[in-house]
Amino acid sequence: MDYSQFLMMPQEIGLLTVFLLVFLYDTFMPERSQRALPAFTAIIFGLFTALTMCPCLAEGGQAFGGMFEANGATWAIKLILSVGTFLVLLMATKWSNSEFISVRRGEFYELLLLTLFGMFLMVSARHFLLFVIGLETASLPIAALAAFEKRRYESHEAAAKYLFTAIFSSAILLMGISLVYGIGGTLYFNELAMAVALDRSALLITALAFVIAGVGFKLSLVPFHLWTADVYQGAPTAVTAYLSVISKGAAAFSFLIILAQVFGAAYSDVWQWMLYALIILTITIGNLFAMRQRNLKRFLAFSSISQAGYIMLGVIAGNAVGMASLMFYVLVYVFSNLAAFGVIMAVERESGKTTIDDYNGLFRTNPWLAFTMMLAMFSLGGIPPFAGFFSKFFIFVGACQTGSVAIYVLVFIALLNTIISLYYYLLVVKAMFISQDDCVVPAFKSACGERLAMVLCVLGIVFIGLASCLYAGLNEASAAAFPAF
Amino acid sequence: MELNVLMYLVPAIVMFGCGVYGFLTRKNMIAIMISLELMLNAVDINFVVFNRYLFPGQMEGMMFTLFAIAIAAAETALALAIIINVFRAVRNVDISEISKLKF
Repeated sequence: MDYSQFLMMPQEIGLLTVFLLVFLYDTFMPERSQRALPAFTAIIFGLFTALTMCPCLAEGGQAFGGMFEANGATWAIKLILSVGTFLVLLMATKWSNSEFISVRRGEFYELLLLTLFGMFLMVSARHFLLFVIGLETASLPIAALAAFEKRRYESHEAAAKYLFTAIFSSAILLMGISLVYGIGGTLYFNELAMAVALDRSALLITALAFVIAGVGFKLSLVPFHLWTADVYQGAPTAVTAYLSVISKGAAAFSFLIILAQVFGAAYSDVWQWMLYALIILTITIGNLFAMRQRNLKRFLAFSSISQAGYIMLGVIAGNAVGMASLMFYVLVYVFSNLAAFGVIMAVERESGKTTIDDYNGLFRTNPWLAFTMMLAMFSLGGIPPFAGFFSKFFIFVGACQTGSVAIYVLVFIALLNTIISLYYYLLVVKAMFISQDDCVVPAFKSACGERLAMVLCVLGIVFIGLASCLYAGLNEASAAAFPAF
Repeated sequence: MELNVLMYLVPAIVMFGCGVYGFLTRKNMIAIMISLELMLNAVDINFVVFNRYLFPGQMEGMMFTLFAIAIAAAETALALAIIINVFRAVRNVDISEISKLKF
């Protein structure tokens, strides 16, 4: 065996090194230095992220007989996921040192890093076996993380609901893969593409539906979204933040690769229509349900369902521009959503309050938190100077590039939904700035990790949209990676 | 009588359907776990049969089955741990007991 092929996976190896260092620290360091574990993890993970930013890693290549592929696009999406995880690690510092969590604090970081490793595999997989292993590595530890706050009943309920839906959806996905195998006789993406392009069987369309349903559960597309709100509300907020951005981004990217590469051109009319219906349902129902939520975590759950619909617009485009705009959307979404979750986490830790009404008058007591939340809501809603506007713009452009009338109609529906979504995002802003309340959340100083993370998020929201070189770079990377499909 | 592919595939699909039905109707979490196992094992049968009958020259389906069994075992272990946790919290494994988070 040629061991030099491990050099094709520098990001995975770096992440495993971080994981091992955290594990060794957790196991062997004396009790008194354990409190520094969160800071230690954040620092070495930050170092790892900074090191992998080196563009020399973007070249990549194939490993393990073509099962694993690294290229500019996978490098970029892994980097985006790492940045998001770094922000979550910073935010979780204070929470993981709190009274009931600190006993198991090491496990939290180890499981979190392992799920990220699974997502890296999933993104780079060019064989269904590696994809499934990555997917399971990414989704199973999250169930354990959701059950982390043992003293809160909701945490158990969230974990049970998440785990059962996760297993159910992977069973459905595996069924789809087994049918694909029955037709193609191979599990390599590129060989399958050649095998399925020859004949057009009803069995393959069934298999396609199974695969879309299986991944749809992971991405919480309507009608596979029913677990989302409960899990988001019940899980610890740090885990919710991680679940809502990082795992969604990884799943969306690998979904695009599977659809474009395996089912590719031969079946594009079939899966595009399936996605078409899913996108309209996802955006609209996510929006309509978000309006009636009072709990902020549930509210962000439905908002993330609707955002998943927008991300799918990049998938339905099925071209290099769609891929670039999908990555850009995920990047912006990481910063905006994590800013919102940072505020929620700080307020929840300080006062235990999570409903929108509790945020009434927050501006007067905690102006900076209210300001961060306002920017996050503006960016999620897509108000022009902020990054969210540009990400929506690019994703619409990517979808329109396909040039079909049906897609134009789809983009129009998505645009109308953006207006609806502005209503409920601004409800939160209104609560913070205009509404009065007698029992306002008292003024407090947020922990330094949270503050750093929120400052980074705000910088991201303000500047990413203006830094056009970022989008140009993503565009270049995916244009180079796309012909390989 | 010669056994052909369908004689394996039809039971596998029926097993999968039973699993889905059980998952949607059962109230006991252990029973739900059993239904999920049925679904996962139906997939394994599918892989092995396709490999054995349609593509006998290679081992890809068999290998996939081995990994799928390992993954299913990990899922079951985790699920049982979470069920025990829930049992400690509410003294019951009935899913109608864990429905506090709602719209």
